[in-house]
Amino acid sequence: MQDQPSAVELIEAVTEFIRNHATPQLQGHTAFHARVAANALDIVKRELEVGPAANAGEAARLKALLGMDGSLDELNRELCRRIEAGEVGLHTPALEEHLWQTTLTKLAIDQPNYSGYRRALEESGKD
Amino acid sequence: MAAETNSISGLLTDAVKRHIPGATGIADLRRLSGGASQEIWSFDATTEAGMIPLILRRAPGGFRDTGRSGTAVTLETEAKLISLAEEVGVPVPPVRYVLTEADGIGQGFIMDRIPGETLARKILRDEEFANARPKLARQCGEVLAKLHTVEKSKLPPLRIASGRDEVEQYFKTYKELDYPHPVFELAFRWLKDNAPPGEMELTLVHGDFRNGNLMIGPDGLRAVLDWEIAHVGDPMADLSWICINPWRFGNIDMPVGGFGTREDLFAGYEAAGGGKVDPAHVKFWEVLGTLKWGVMCMGMASAFLQGDRSVERATIGRRSSETEVDLMRLLAPLTGRE
Repeated sequence: MQDQPSAVELIEAVTEFIRNHATPQLQGHTAFHARVAANALDIVKRELEVGPAANAGEAARLKALLGMDGSLDELNRELCRRIEAGEVGLHTPALEEHLWQTTLTKLAIDQPNYSGYRRALEESGKD
Repeated sequence: MAAETNSISGLLTDAVKRHIPGATGIADLRRLSGGASQEIWSFDATTEAGMIPLILRRAPGGFRDTGRSGTAVTLETEAKLISLAEEVGVPVPPVRYVLTEADGIGQGFIMDRIPGETLARKILRDEEFANARPKLARQCGEVLAKLHTVEKSKLPPLRIASGRDEVEQYFKTYKELDYPHPVFELAFRWLKDNAPPGEMELTLVHGDFRNGNLMIGPDGLRAVLDWEIAHVGDPMADLSWICINPWRFGNIDMPVGGFGTREDLFAGYEAAGGGKVDPAHVKFWEVLGTLKWGVMCMGMASAFLQGDRSVERATIGRRSSETEVDLMRLLAPLTGRE
């Protein structure tokens, strides 16, 4: 067990420093890149919070879907191979369900304000 | 930037005096923000009758790296295409002069500076454009119909790419980037299964017809800019590219650039002689366009990992998931049709 503050709390503090204290002192390109850097830290924070459970869920779904074991990378590569070969596709209900869950989780980490994600949440009844 | 301005100022003045009738010199030379693939300079030619507002489009440092994407045309070709588009009634900034080796400032051309706005954020939100917005989708359709009538026999040598060619090209790029994206695989598979018939007629295609490359005024569409990736291809590519969700800038219910409807776009296209639009055919290109942007985001991640340590590039890499949700909504919608 690590001491306080937690990784998430440290990132929050750094992000707040960049956004509210450093960026206003910067100009032009450097100010723009500072805002981008703060956004990148937001992604890291959300991945720390959501990633472990999401990856475990994704791996469990993939193992069931593919009937095999392996790392997340191996499982995703095998899924890609089967989609390319046409062995699974839009006619496979479990695939559609899996891809939707995985995609929504990725967006929850990467870009939770993206219009397509907000709309998909409404359409899935999760928002 | 000051040193850079000085480095071309003298030679540009000479070129302008020699080739723009009545010009006695230049004033207010400024580099505008532009992409990595081009330099855009704003300046005025001074004449006895007043100022002529102009733009210099020049290759970075004077020479365009055509290997950058393998798809960019030369600046000489771009100038030629703008003139051909002007002949068929497409609003463009007229080309005044194409640089030659004798000018000593590299490859590029001088064109008129058209006043207006290209930033989507302003076009979609500012009061100044409130009257333009409802007209834009139809105008885009009309302009594209004209653009697609440029006679092929007049065209300079251009890349030729059908829908199938583009699917193959991007599939190859995706495979080379070597990172598993099951949603992209699904989209590639769908595109291979739903490719438009091979015998369809190919035309001049702008290739990047979207917010950012359209000069908009309070009166509507004033000029189509940035002909850098024009090619011979499926005309429906141009009607769909402006509809992909990233170009709607949050206005998800206005599929055409965040300002209009597909119905208006297609009606304008058909009314201006563009032929009947098949929405299924446009959907093929919307899926392909979305996927192309997704693969480009993967390319950004790859460039970052190979040593280009830009934070901006890194975060764009994490935007391929945006295209995944767009693709899922197109291919496996959670509700009825959009």
